[in-house]
Amino acid sequence: MTVPTATSRMILVVGGGISGITAALEAAECGQQVMLVEKTPTLGGRTSQLYRYFPKMCHPSCGLEINLKRLRGNPNVRVMTQTEVVAVEGKRGDYRVSLKLTPRYVTQNCTACGKCAEAVSAEIPDAFNYGLSRLKAAYLPHAMAYPQRYVIDPSIIATAEGQKAKAACPVNAIDLEMVEEQVEVNVGAIVWATGWRPYDANKIQPYGYDRFPNVITSLEFERLADPRGPTGGKLLRPSDGQPAKNIAFIQCAGSRDENHLRHCSRVCCMASLKQTQYVREAGGDGKSTIYYIDIRAIDRFEDFYQMVQADTTVSFVKSKVARIALNEANNNPILHGVDTEGYHRYANEHDLVVLAVGMEPEITGLLANGGLRADIVLDSSNFIEGCAGGALEAGMFGAGAAASPLDVNRSVQSATAASLKAIQVLHKVASSEVV
Amino acid sequence: MATNLQTPAPYHNNFLREVEERVEEGEWVKMCMQCGVCAGSCPFGPHWEHSPQKIFMMIRAGKREEVLTSDAMWMCTSCYNCVVRCPRQLPITHIMHGLASYAHRLGLVPKGQPTHEFATMFWNNLAKKGRVNELKLTLALYFKDGLVAGIKTVVLAKRLNPMEIFGGHAIKDLKGFQAIIAKAREIEDKKQGLTG
Repeated sequence: MTVPTATSRMILVVGGGISGITAALEAAECGQQVMLVEKTPTLGGRTSQLYRYFPKMCHPSCGLEINLKRLRGNPNVRVMTQTEVVAVEGKRGDYRVSLKLTPRYVTQNCTACGKCAEAVSAEIPDAFNYGLSRLKAAYLPHAMAYPQRYVIDPSIIATAEGQKAKAACPVNAIDLEMVEEQVEVNVGAIVWATGWRPYDANKIQPYGYDRFPNVITSLEFERLADPRGPTGGKLLRPSDGQPAKNIAFIQCAGSRDENHLRHCSRVCCMASLKQTQYVREAGGDGKSTIYYIDIRAIDRFEDFYQMVQADTTVSFVKSKVARIALNEANNNPILHGVDTEGYHRYANEHDLVVLAVGMEPEITGLLANGGLRADIVLDSSNFIEGCAGGALEAGMFGAGAAASPLDVNRSVQSATAASLKAIQVLHKVASSEVV
Repeated sequence: MATNLQTPAPYHNNFLREVEERVEEGEWVKMCMQCGVCAGSCPFGPHWEHSPQKIFMMIRAGKREEVLTSDAMWMCTSCYNCVVRCPRQLPITHIMHGLASYAHRLGLVPKGQPTHEFATMFWNNLAKKGRVNELKLTLALYFKDGLVAGIKTVVLAKRLNPMEIFGGHAIKDLKGFQAIIAKAREIEDKKQGLTG
């Protein structure tokens, strides 16, 4: 029996969020060579955009710092940011992967001193804050960005602004001549840790996210709560900048809905329960109301749910809100629906509505670009189930939120498992030489 | 903690089974997850005795009499708002019609329920000749409560007033209505590439 030997002992990890970082480190700490590619200019992913984690209410920056320390100390991982997978050919043990490298226009000489940002006046929407604020077109993606190197936005490259940035750099780290590159690498196994994105709230027409300023998403709310966010950690209404005192959280905004995402996104109940505690901690007389179909405090988090239930600043309405109208006098959203505990019709006015939007696998974008191969099996919600051909041919694995809607804790478990599978592939393929 | 030693009332789902077998689209009822979107989306919401959400729960709770003698399913205007919004894509409008039809066959519809009266009238008119006789249907509808009541309806509502032939009466805010039509035409023209 002829089985191809692993011509490459390298593992490719696609996506540099918490799952990708974990998968890469677990394999690297087993002595494997790993290439970690990330399409944005920094590692960290969506996890770094969260203010706090449930259930311990600790800060993501803590775990990120530990992981980055592991990464710096490990020569087995090669990190490539602003890099996307364009195509995958070959089979397990011998994949040829085409990568597209988008220019950063800043070299490794960068000391992150920030002089370029001071020199530049052009601004772009701050993606880290989901566009809620703007930053300079020469920027560090966020405080804990890895690598700690500035990025020059392509929009100012051919302008005087670009020249200003270049002139301001004391270590000559800005190279405006950089161009897009395409490289091919040879790897034995691939871990897809491409993560998730929030469901597009504009598609939930009755909730008016596109029409009402004081209807925001749960991810935007995370940024509002963060002291390094656009409001300095104050929970302010987008319409008038006044503190939000009477906040509604709408669960299953896009999830568990055949018209939107058919799966339960699993994390949103816990995320909203957590966010009610931001409201409590903001002090004052802030109140939270959670509108829900049923609370799914997954796994061992029931005690967190009970803690929030006992909180006098939080109330619960068992009802999926049917639609939101606007009080034009004060821009307050008015929630219309019927509750399930007694079938009471309500029209409740709040000053801010937070839509607990669902998790959509980011892989759909890859599919559209043709970057994913046909032998990757997706479930009905486009999460990665596995590789066609079963155990003998599978050389590609989904990890974290690319494989299932998972919280950070479970993403790390999933990524560790995927990493082990990838290591097994290299060993199996290598040993089949002997057979 | 006190122990509850009471025997719970036995749970029968006989009525749910009956609905599943005999009511058109009735097999969908068990799929309802009681989120309440249908109830909150219904334009006639406050005027129903029981919302669809409540009706589905009553079916599961075995409240046969209350469901089938209710006028709730007769209040449905078939706007389909609930159907397009239902997260489980239940054909709620069709289930309502199925329940109404089943209640009619069993003779359980409340006496004088207007939608039921008209539906019966329409059906009988149609079934007789294989086509609707509009003159007979209209007259039967307006004079269903007798000659005097019929004349009152016709004259007060201006609907069949012979004088309507001279000009006729308009709706409230006719200009608003015409603006809607003009806007719709403008959007359609743009879509079809017919803009001047």
